Amino acid sequence: MQKRVTFRGWWLPALLIAPQVLVSAVFFFYPAGQAIWQSLFIPDPFGLSSQFVGLGNFEFLLSDRFYRASFGTTAVFSILVTLCSMIPALFLAVIADRLIKGSGVYRTMLIWPYAVAPAIAGVLWLFMFNTRVGVVSWYLGNLGYDWNHVLNGGEAMGLVVVASAWGRISYNFLFFFAALQAVPRSVLEAAAIDGARFWKRFWTIVLPLLSPTTFFLLVVNVVYSFFETFGVIHTITSGGPQQSTTVLVYKVFSDGFVGQDLGSSSAQSVILLFVVGMLTIIQFKFVEKRVHY
Amino acid sequence: MAQEVHGMVEKRGAGLWLTHVFMILGVLIIFFPIWLAFVASTVTQPEIVRPPMPLWPGDQMWENYSKALFSGVNVPVATMLVNSLVMAIGIAVGKIVISLLSAFAIVYFRFPGRNLFFWMIFLTLMLPVEVRIVPTYEVVAGFGMLNSYGGLIFPLIASATATFLFRQFFLTIPDELAEAARVDGASPMRFFWDIVVPMSRTNVAALFVILFIYGWNQYLWPLLITTDPEMNTIVMGIKQMFPSGDDVAEWPVIMATSILAMIPPVIVVVSMQRLFIRGLVDSEK
Repeated sequence: MQKRVTFRGWWLPALLIAPQVLVSAVFFFYPAGQAIWQSLFIPDPFGLSSQFVGLGNFEFLLSDRFYRASFGTTAVFSILVTLCSMIPALFLAVIADRLIKGSGVYRTMLIWPYAVAPAIAGVLWLFMFNTRVGVVSWYLGNLGYDWNHVLNGGEAMGLVVVASAWGRISYNFLFFFAALQAVPRSVLEAAAIDGARFWKRFWTIVLPLLSPTTFFLLVVNVVYSFFETFGVIHTITSGGPQQSTTVLVYKVFSDGFVGQDLGSSSAQSVILLFVVGMLTIIQFKFVEKRVHY
Repeated sequence: MAQEVHGMVEKRGAGLWLTHVFMILGVLIIFFPIWLAFVASTVTQPEIVRPPMPLWPGDQMWENYSKALFSGVNVPVATMLVNSLVMAIGIAVGKIVISLLSAFAIVYFRFPGRNLFFWMIFLTLMLPVEVRIVPTYEVVAGFGMLNSYGGLIFPLIASATATFLFRQFFLTIPDELAEAARVDGASPMRFFWDIVVPMSRTNVAALFVILFIYGWNQYLWPLLITTDPEMNTIVMGIKQMFPSGDDVAEWPVIMATSILAMIPPVIVVVSMQRLFIRGLVDSEK
């Protein structure tokens, strides 16, 4: 799509795009290029020179047990976060949609957690499950369950998943709720007159009509759990115990800044770049076509 | 008749009550972590370290909050709040200004390299700052921008989501307006200020809400580049308040800080709910 009416001249538009070009070049393209460039080198321990290794860093990474484990961790983590944030959100949206009055009040209440930063969400959940002072862990202890996410990898994973999914429930709720409101009432009424009960209507009419929203949210939530959950993991587990919650983005951080392994960290960045690229392509391809079954 | 059919789909006597019960239960569960944090920020340290802590607020609210705000642990929380505010507003305003300008240029001018530029900014959509942290850190360090507002703000402006949004919107502005402006002999910038910017008001406001929260909630980037506690933002600074080693954390002050950290974004989201939802839908779809 293009405008028929345009203005003439080239120096004015050049001036207008200059700020964006400058900021993108300095803080985006140069660093992204550097990441790709550095991924082909191994710096010596003193950082004085570096040696070209081609795809060596990648070969090393892909054969590295810890990196492969981190891939698995990320997959498990993002699937769980996506499910734990979408299913409760859909449930709440379906209920809210049945109310004629009062759904606005509930919506206002449910929006809150979205505004809470992932890192703060991490602190809140850490507080509830803290092994010394946590309320929930204390009651669990009373019930005979010894909660200790500092030592138990599975519990650590559970905690970061719930803390990451919590704020996203609000987000998903808003999208599901908007989509449900857009389902034509006449179709539902016709089905109701034909004797279809609520759940029957939900499975056969509502859910198929929600598929574009559902698919969109699937992709967006996977991207979220890949990149925006760093704060949760850093505050609650710092990637532990025994790297059981070290997702890919956390590993870029810990190898690059804590471990000072620039070559490997850059190679990991490049791999992540591919992952984001794939996800973005999937998003554009399918969301644009509007999934319908 | 219409009323009856309506009733058939929406509610049925006992079902309506059950619906409200489910809804309230859902809200309570989702709210519980925030409530607990609030309670913890109003009681004393001994009440927390000897579990179970109370579930109803105590009377230490003033003490805990003033202690957090004016002395904090490493640095007064008031300082961190100011830093977060500068960063969030800087990112929101900066991104909106540069995007308005460049979207105007793309839509209303034909200039050489326009398509190249378009694809260039399209690329920036794909790469979150988390992926290029090490080299971006080196660039910022090279400019001597560690521990500065510039260093906090600029790298996070370098993405083109807002440019795309404004481009989409500008394309819907009727051509007649530009035509009329041209016939009247108005300069492009005059047209920009008098027509385009006022028409974009709602989009700008919606985007501001989204970007403010995006900036406020940043964690990894401030963590890397603010080594000086005086420059910490509140969202990243809260982790620094936990003691290293075996010392017991000062929970009432930490929880008061976490409540303070969520107040500004919550106010923005709840008070501008309509704009917020619009911005959310606009910027994601």
